[in-house]
Amino acid sequence: MLEFKQRHLLGIQNLDVSDIMTILDTAESLAEISTREVKKVPTLRGKTVVNLFFEPSTRTRSSFELAAKRLSADIINFSQQGSSVVKGETLKDTVLNLEAMNPDALIIRHSCSGAPYFVSTFCKSHVINAGDGSHEHPTQALLDAFTIRQQKKSFKNLRVVIVGDILHSRVARSNIFLLQKVGAQVTLVGPPPLLPAEFNNFGAQISYDLDRALEGADVIMMLRIQKERQEANFFPSIREYRNLYCLTQKRYSLANKDAIIMHPGPINRGVEISSEMADSVKSVILKQVENGISIRMAILYLLLGGKERETAD
Amino acid sequence: MRLLIKNGRVVDPSSGIDETLDILVEKGKIVDLRAKIESNNAQVIDASRLVVAPGFIDMHAHLREPGQEDKEDIRTASLAAASGGFTSLCAMPNTQPVNDNRGVTEYILSEANKRSRVNIFPVAAITKNLKGEELTDMADLFSAGAVAFSDDGRCVQDSLVMRRALEYSNFLQAPIIDHCENSSLSQDGLMHEGFYSHLFGLKGIPSSAEDIMVARDIILAEAANARIHIAHLSTRGSVYLVREAKKRKVKVTAEVTPHHLVLTDSALENYSTNLKVNPPLRGQDDVQALLDAVKDGVIDVFATDHAPHTQEEKDVEFDRAPFGINGLETAVSLLLDKLVNKNIISLPRFIEMISTRPAQILGLKDKGRIAPGADADLTILNLHKEVVVDVHLFLSKSRNNPFHGWKLKGAPTMTIVAGKAVDPCS
Repeated sequence: MLEFKQRHLLGIQNLDVSDIMTILDTAESLAEISTREVKKVPTLRGKTVVNLFFEPSTRTRSSFELAAKRLSADIINFSQQGSSVVKGETLKDTVLNLEAMNPDALIIRHSCSGAPYFVSTFCKSHVINAGDGSHEHPTQALLDAFTIRQQKKSFKNLRVVIVGDILHSRVARSNIFLLQKVGAQVTLVGPPPLLPAEFNNFGAQISYDLDRALEGADVIMMLRIQKERQEANFFPSIREYRNLYCLTQKRYSLANKDAIIMHPGPINRGVEISSEMADSVKSVILKQVENGISIRMAILYLLLGGKERETAD
Repeated sequence: MRLLIKNGRVVDPSSGIDETLDILVEKGKIVDLRAKIESNNAQVIDASRLVVAPGFIDMHAHLREPGQEDKEDIRTASLAAASGGFTSLCAMPNTQPVNDNRGVTEYILSEANKRSRVNIFPVAAITKNLKGEELTDMADLFSAGAVAFSDDGRCVQDSLVMRRALEYSNFLQAPIIDHCENSSLSQDGLMHEGFYSHLFGLKGIPSSAEDIMVARDIILAEAANARIHIAHLSTRGSVYLVREAKKRKVKVTAEVTPHHLVLTDSALENYSTNLKVNPPLRGQDDVQALLDAVKDGVIDVFATDHAPHTQEEKDVEFDRAPFGINGLETAVSLLLDKLVNKNIISLPRFIEMISTRPAQILGLKDKGRIAPGADADLTILNLHKEVVVDVHLFLSKSRNNPFHGWKLKGAPTMTIVAGKAVDPCS
């Protein structure tokens, strides 16, 4: 097994390039399992994983669940509805109670930035951040990187354009950190209130003009735009947003030949991306979903499998 | 009972005194101040190698009583104050019920009389229930003992209400203290808006939320020829506005907290809720502007904004924790270590900002100075004493202080209130 020195997966910021490559390489070797007739290996048999989702999610939660099951770990799902949280239990107490049942890993999705870090300060299990507030969504960035590498072979000098609500996007942040670490060039595009000038200091280029930013792009990553941002006047109307930032065939033609189209989902057809583009042969949106399972299997394997080996030595 | 404090370095900025003198105290008043006083029936305190200053006055503290005694009460706040070198505290009115009527003011004063070890001066609300709509009965509150008016924790958003408050209270010798925050700009922000809020994914509170209200208050105070005191100044922009207003002789004064002088927004990387405070910890350039303003007199006062909260309230997700830092027991050592001992400001300037100026602004004529006839409220400092902050040793009920473990040089060693040394541990 490849060496992995992290105890938790809290964010891309805490990882170095070798950690990232270890995860991607491990995911690549595990991908084959999902294509078998019997999609299961006994690697994590006897391990218990808790899906602790304080925010609605279907894609990420199911992806972690399948990843755990394909490695034979037991997984339970916890969601805020119908839990003690609605009775006023704090996050700390919820986690301590779950921990009393001796799980090996907690996968946490939470609307508050820093919540997985907070949990990691007092719990014994491995903590995996499945998205915290506007902070990070590390497994999404890893599966995006996996998909990009699959399509483009190398990250070196690859031009990646990320378009949309950068300010509130944990997907954007994790991708900015990851892609720059591995040598890609990132350009951020969006309406100015959703793309503050301070993002310059992240090392990324900033542009408010999608057409210009698409010139020479190898990867186009569209982000979901939420209606409540328009209601809070971050941009005037969906109509205007579509006019300026929707990925259409015409705009796509400005990018490099063979540029790939990505989206973390769920997509708003006809708002940030036209149906034509979402369904085009250049779209890898469903490949991202597929690769998500391999990445999450790799994370579980590296965090839980490695530990056992250490203690066995 | 007479008290004789001998051989101390007496520093009184109001008179410019900075020399080794003896102080004789009788019946709660200073009766003599000169070199080598002899008295054979006085208790003697040897203050050799120590600094004797007029008692420190914290213009901005949340005592939490009545209503939130799980966080703090008048007695524990007073013990924390005495331990931290303060002889007087201003009690902000955002209690439950709010101090917006004579009954609450009288309650605070009567409880303070029974249970406090330091002087307590109530600050009454500007508007009823801190709603920013109707003015309180300000003259009645003043006569009941309020020394200032503030809706602290909130800011009066309606400029006409603020205008009327400034005009109306102008005939009372009590300033309006404003917590400057435009709530439509700050919204539900959690930390200073800037590179670090974007990095940590925490909703930002822009500097403009403070600057706009500081500008408004200065404009309104100037028009009404009234006094305005700006609470916990935190931005470069506010410093600029106050500096320009002072040049025009507007009656504006301002305070700054120790935490805004020694911490920046980058410290929030671990999402520590003990660093969640409003106004938020700002950027490095803001801190530099605040330090410059402390040096050149644009900022008048050091105040703690002591805001105790329980462990349970703070041991949660960053978004869900209340704002506030427990500051009474670390303020003096922080300022001595980070400002005085590092020669950013002189010792007399420090004492001026934590005693002389607060007394002047609040109209406490017998406090904030060392002279025959003045109240015998004194703070004795050891500039060389090294302390390690340990929140578990706090006398406050709460522990929400981000300086735990900090090594600091310079500390209060004795707090004398009305001629009696307060032993906070007794």
